[in-house]
Amino acid sequence: MNYQSRIAKTSIFSILLLLVISFQNLKAQDGKALFQANCASCHAVNKVLTGPALAGIEERVPDKKLLHDWIRNNAKVLASGNKYFNDLKAAYNNTPMSTFEALSDADIDAILKYVSTPVKEEAKTTPTGGEGEEKGSDNSLLFGILSLILAVITLILLQVNSNLKKLSDDKEGVPAYEPVPFYRNKTYITLFMLVLFVIGGYYIIQGAIGLGRNKNYQPEQPIFYSHKVHAGTNQINCLYCHGGAQLGKQANIPSLNICMNCHMAINEYSDKSEKLYREDGTEVNGTAEIQKLYSYTGWDPKQRKYANEPKPIEWVRIHNLPDHVYFNHSQHVVAGKQACQTCHGEIQKENEVYQFADLSMGWCINCHRETKVQFTNNKFYSIYEKFHEQMKDSIKNKDGEMVANPHKLDSITVETIGGTECQKCHY
Amino acid sequence: MANKKYWQSFGELHNSEAHQENVQNEFREELPFEDLEGKGLLDAKTPRRDFLKYLGFSTAAAAVAASCETPVKKAIPYLNKPAEITPGVANYYATTFVSGGEVIPVVAKVRDGRPIKIEGNDLSSITKGGTTPRVQASVLDLYDTARLRYPLHDGKEVSSLEAFDKMVSEALAGLGGAPVVLLTSTITSPSTKQIITEFLAKYPGGRHVQYDSISYSGLLLANEAAYGKRAFPAYQLEKAKVVVGLGADFLGTWLNPLEQQKGYTQGRKINEANPEMSKHYQFESMLSMTGANADERFTHRPSETGAIALSLLNAVNGQGVSVSDAKLKAGIEKVAKDLLANKGAAVVMCGSNDVNIQVVVNAINEAIGANGTVLNWAAPSQTRQGVDSEFAKLVDDMNAGSVGALLIWDANPAYDYADAEKFIAAVKKVKVSVSFNEKMDETTELCKYVLPANNYLESWGDAEPKAGYISLMQPTISPLFKTRQLQDTLLTWTGNKTAYHDYFNTFWAAKVGGQAAYLKALQDGVIEPAAAVSGTAYNGAKVAEATAAINSTKKGGKIELVLYEKVSMGDGKQANNPWLQEMPDPITRITWDNYAIISPSLGKELFGIDVLNATASDTYDVEMTKPMATVKVGNKEVTIPTIIVPGIQANTIAIAVGYGRSENIGKAVKHYDGSKLGQNVFGFATVNNGNVVYAASDVTITDAKKIYKLAQTQTHASYEGRREVVKEVTLESFKKNPKQIWEARDKELAPFGGLAEYEKQGTIYPHYDRPGIKWGMSIDLNSCYGCGACVVACTAENNVAVVGKSEVLRAHEMHWLRIDRYFSGNAADADSIQTLFQPMLCQHCDNAPCENVCPVAATNHSSEGLNQMTYNRCIGTRYCANNCPYKVRRFNWADYTGADSFPDNQKNTGGLGDVGHLDGSVLMMNDELTRMVLNPDVTVRSRGVIEKCSFCVQRLQEGKLKAKKENRTLTDNDAKTACQQACAADAIVFGNANNTESQISKTRQDNKNRMFFTLEQLHVLPNVNYLAKVRNTDVVLGVKAEEEEGHEEHKAEKKEAAHS
Repeated sequence: MNYQSRIAKTSIFSILLLLVISFQNLKAQDGKALFQANCASCHAVNKVLTGPALAGIEERVPDKKLLHDWIRNNAKVLASGNKYFNDLKAAYNNTPMSTFEALSDADIDAILKYVSTPVKEEAKTTPTGGEGEEKGSDNSLLFGILSLILAVITLILLQVNSNLKKLSDDKEGVPAYEPVPFYRNKTYITLFMLVLFVIGGYYIIQGAIGLGRNKNYQPEQPIFYSHKVHAGTNQINCLYCHGGAQLGKQANIPSLNICMNCHMAINEYSDKSEKLYREDGTEVNGTAEIQKLYSYTGWDPKQRKYANEPKPIEWVRIHNLPDHVYFNHSQHVVAGKQACQTCHGEIQKENEVYQFADLSMGWCINCHRETKVQFTNNKFYSIYEKFHEQMKDSIKNKDGEMVANPHKLDSITVETIGGTECQKCHY
Repeated sequence: MANKKYWQSFGELHNSEAHQENVQNEFREELPFEDLEGKGLLDAKTPRRDFLKYLGFSTAAAAVAASCETPVKKAIPYLNKPAEITPGVANYYATTFVSGGEVIPVVAKVRDGRPIKIEGNDLSSITKGGTTPRVQASVLDLYDTARLRYPLHDGKEVSSLEAFDKMVSEALAGLGGAPVVLLTSTITSPSTKQIITEFLAKYPGGRHVQYDSISYSGLLLANEAAYGKRAFPAYQLEKAKVVVGLGADFLGTWLNPLEQQKGYTQGRKINEANPEMSKHYQFESMLSMTGANADERFTHRPSETGAIALSLLNAVNGQGVSVSDAKLKAGIEKVAKDLLANKGAAVVMCGSNDVNIQVVVNAINEAIGANGTVLNWAAPSQTRQGVDSEFAKLVDDMNAGSVGALLIWDANPAYDYADAEKFIAAVKKVKVSVSFNEKMDETTELCKYVLPANNYLESWGDAEPKAGYISLMQPTISPLFKTRQLQDTLLTWTGNKTAYHDYFNTFWAAKVGGQAAYLKALQDGVIEPAAAVSGTAYNGAKVAEATAAINSTKKGGKIELVLYEKVSMGDGKQANNPWLQEMPDPITRITWDNYAIISPSLGKELFGIDVLNATASDTYDVEMTKPMATVKVGNKEVTIPTIIVPGIQANTIAIAVGYGRSENIGKAVKHYDGSKLGQNVFGFATVNNGNVVYAASDVTITDAKKIYKLAQTQTHASYEGRREVVKEVTLESFKKNPKQIWEARDKELAPFGGLAEYEKQGTIYPHYDRPGIKWGMSIDLNSCYGCGACVVACTAENNVAVVGKSEVLRAHEMHWLRIDRYFSGNAADADSIQTLFQPMLCQHCDNAPCENVCPVAATNHSSEGLNQMTYNRCIGTRYCANNCPYKVRRFNWADYTGADSFPDNQKNTGGLGDVGHLDGSVLMMNDELTRMVLNPDVTVRSRGVIEKCSFCVQRLQEGKLKAKKENRTLTDNDAKTACQQACAADAIVFGNANNTESQISKTRQDNKNRMFFTLEQLHVLPNVNYLAKVRNTDVVLGVKAEEEEGHEEHKAEKKEAAHS
């Protein structure tokens, strides 16, 4: 049992680790990855999406510095009155382009290199991460049957014992008590009640604890939105849609204008090799689902404009925290540098989202006990001088000599800096 | 340091039996067990079987309620999200609080489209980020359920604004040339003035009359006579070494209190290396908040104000003082001497609205060289522009039938004019009357057409509190109802198709030089010129005339009356604001009502209550019921409860205006049974030389033989006889021995190794260290004036529940932060009363007594030094509140917030008579509309849990997160508590005490000699320290009598400390 759960834990951990690495690992020169993380939501190499196709961009804008400036902060270039770019923007409905101040020259060059190489049909990318084997085989049934058999044997033995005692008593002439049937025997009744109380109590308490917890909750949504298609197959960065996760409390379901950034151009689901299926096995017509989005936004794909009355989509909320819990996404995503998958599971493989974690307090606390904070990377933690001292390899002893630190701390967990105190989440 | 005796109530002064009994009990009421006496359990009202029944039912009910399916929740994103909004992240918009002439630049915090908190705008050089209680509470007015929601004609809804416009323009066209008059409160907005001019140009003969609910026309006219400007100078109190108040509550309500507070504070902050501060004398009839902060006070009859001003003028001019009262005479001579010694750094402020008195005060200020030094005329202020004679003429014109149409905005003379009856009769003679007031107030009730204006948080606009100093307004939310702001209405009725927003944009873009500069100004909220100081030519021609007029003033009768504004309620415009109603008055500590303040001698004479005598007054301030009196001025009379307060002139009574509002303005002006809270006493104001004076010199007061319950909070939380809660020194003795407070502390703790070793030696508990952050707060008692802005700010930030008057009567108020008021001195001598304010909140003790008595660990300590309270763990034993020496824990006795699962919990009508009802104001706070003001980051507490100050932990967490996200260390600006931010006097400093560079560390380091901890001897190790008050006086009162007792107490406390 223990061994298996350890295997399960280790395997989950390694998957997560791989995911973290895969999401952090957008190193420079990896033009394709950079392109997909930053540009792919609005641009394709050979196809017009929200923005123009990027193939041949270097021929169109030969001034390399200008191109870099444009990519990094297009607003500045527009403000400088550059005619080409101003016209370009007008040609694309004046849709503003995001700024990418964080990209280095090398990054941009890598992206440009990627878009200028002729596209060859690539093998379909599958997201990194091994197959997790989470199912520990269930031994409880076996144990249950065993205990039951043992209990019955005990009962039989007890009965036999008492019969034998009675026989021997009869033989020795000890006056026997009126025999009591076992179901009226007070010892048995007491024992039975005790067992009933313990088992019943256990289930009642388990039930009570489980109230309001909805692990594996997977409601049907108004639109069959597949995270697998978006975050998995097409590698769209989670934060492109759920930008709130790095800004504040809520990750936020994207507003429909974000969807339409891409779906103005993408109006069909054409991936024949990977059909979409619901949990119950029925096939989903991806193109029809995109049509649903159009009916919500009022977009008329023929006229290419918003012609009809829009109405908001009422998504069914899956992750619900009680009101007395304060949870902040940006704390975990930006300050804690956690991958989305830590709490939401392998969302990039899910067609229909379900609640991966039970979102219980014990689950939160466990993670806070085990997770290491960005102690040396974030200047905020420089104030914890005591811990920094304890993390050193060698310290001064009484005589002022440097000796190996006997109580060296390898890392600081969230708990060490007070991350399991009540008022970190309840106020 | 003197062993002064401090007392919060007369009972405490005499240590009466009722008081002793009162302080024994943390919770006043008995548990309802009386029925059991002498009877068996089964015969009791709630026998065992009932108990079992209830137990069974509630278990079953809980099981049913809990086993219901988890509800399906929807998440609905924007269709097209505005770029600047991120759900869950607050935006801040600079705007301006404008009420009457009052202009305060503010920043509104908007969460998910709802304004939820108002802060001061730090960029304003006038208010420097300070706020008042009324500004803090103004965000609640936006969500007032009694706001008018659509235009009305003859009390009936008009379908659309267009239909209303048509209706009114037809009515105006049918006037046949009779003049149109626009009646407003003071308007400082340049663009609005231009619009009004354009509007009136369309209606020849029309005029604009400005009317102030509290008139300053006497001062305006006196300034016009002396300086040629119908305006006010800036009172730069930071430049004054001697500040004299003559009945002016200049820290609380008079003129521009925020600006004056800022300057006053600057002049009185103590630098321990070189302790100097300005000296503040106050002459007044009642004990005002400002008077309570004065170094020396002299009380006089209201009718003597003129004589005192005149004597002071004579004295500074080297002539004799003619006041007969020996004490006053000596006082005037002393003040005059001090004023002359500080020529050019001294000022006199007078609160009277009598033009003659103000002319004399101007002459004094000229004689002491205030003009151009303390009085700055470089940018005159125009925050009050109403002249009473103009309004009186308007009323006469209306009565004569020569006014065709009256358009009223933000003015309510039917309630607050001295002769309201005359105005009411006059309105009825006007053919077309239109009101733009936000609510169905006393004046709007009389008007034929009503077009409610927007709240200031829904409006565009501008204001010019001082010449050249502009503060801009921008909307923080779309109008909630079918309302329209005045400027848009006037533009429409002028025939101008431009929307006010565009008009405003063009207006300011032209002035500041382009659209970019306009947007920048809008973002900053203020436009300010370079600071300058100058005087102006003085003309003393009117002084002789004024002197003659004052000398011929009739002597007052036996009893005189002053009317005053409470710092919380002001003129009563925000009367339906439960936050303000429940904020205790700084001096009387009474909530929800107004009352006649009387002196101890008058109390004895009227009701036979001798509060100066220990046995006779045993229960006076423990019981909430107070005797009522009938006050009569001329032919007007009101019956009003009385309260005995020391420090008021023996034969003067004082009543606050702003109460007794019409029940149409909301539920907060009514008792739970529907009767009015308080009385309107604006009618007692008298007209003198055409100016409304808020005093009456001939008053009769008689015992009405009735009683009334006043919800006073001062006696609710007491320290069980422990006296060493506040410390003060006089400036002289502090200079002589700066270390006296430190030495006294050290001596007291000597048994435990003195101050240095006390923390470790004074306890058997282990010592915990705080490796990263250790939050700490320092409160300077020298800068706390008792105004209560912090109390309201705390209420707004932390969703603190309003409990209503009937619950305050049962000591159930929920304020996390209270301001204790202490008196010292001789209760029989009004001049000798000294007052001290101490803000008291959870001290976040590192060795907290509340923490180790909680059976469920719902309150415990964090590694950052916070005393944490976890509501969802609390089971309501209240042990913690019993064990808290500071009495700062609050229990939710009822479902004040509507947070319980069972809605019937609010209908607490279990046969408890008039107790146990939740007032209408509490239910109003639970309205869907009003709940929009709640801070979504703070849990709304339900019934049965304890709550208390959290040091605004939500702000601390947010600040820390911000620093982490930006990869840097925490700074002072990242985390400020709401009380700290609200305080205009910067009395509260907060931050990380582990950081030697932080403000809190520096404050503690720089003020070592004044620093102390309240009840330090208990070894609770508070994280809140206080800085002792320094009084700039050589008078030390009540020392001898208390010397003995003081010593004994000292011993007793030591014993106690040794035990604990």
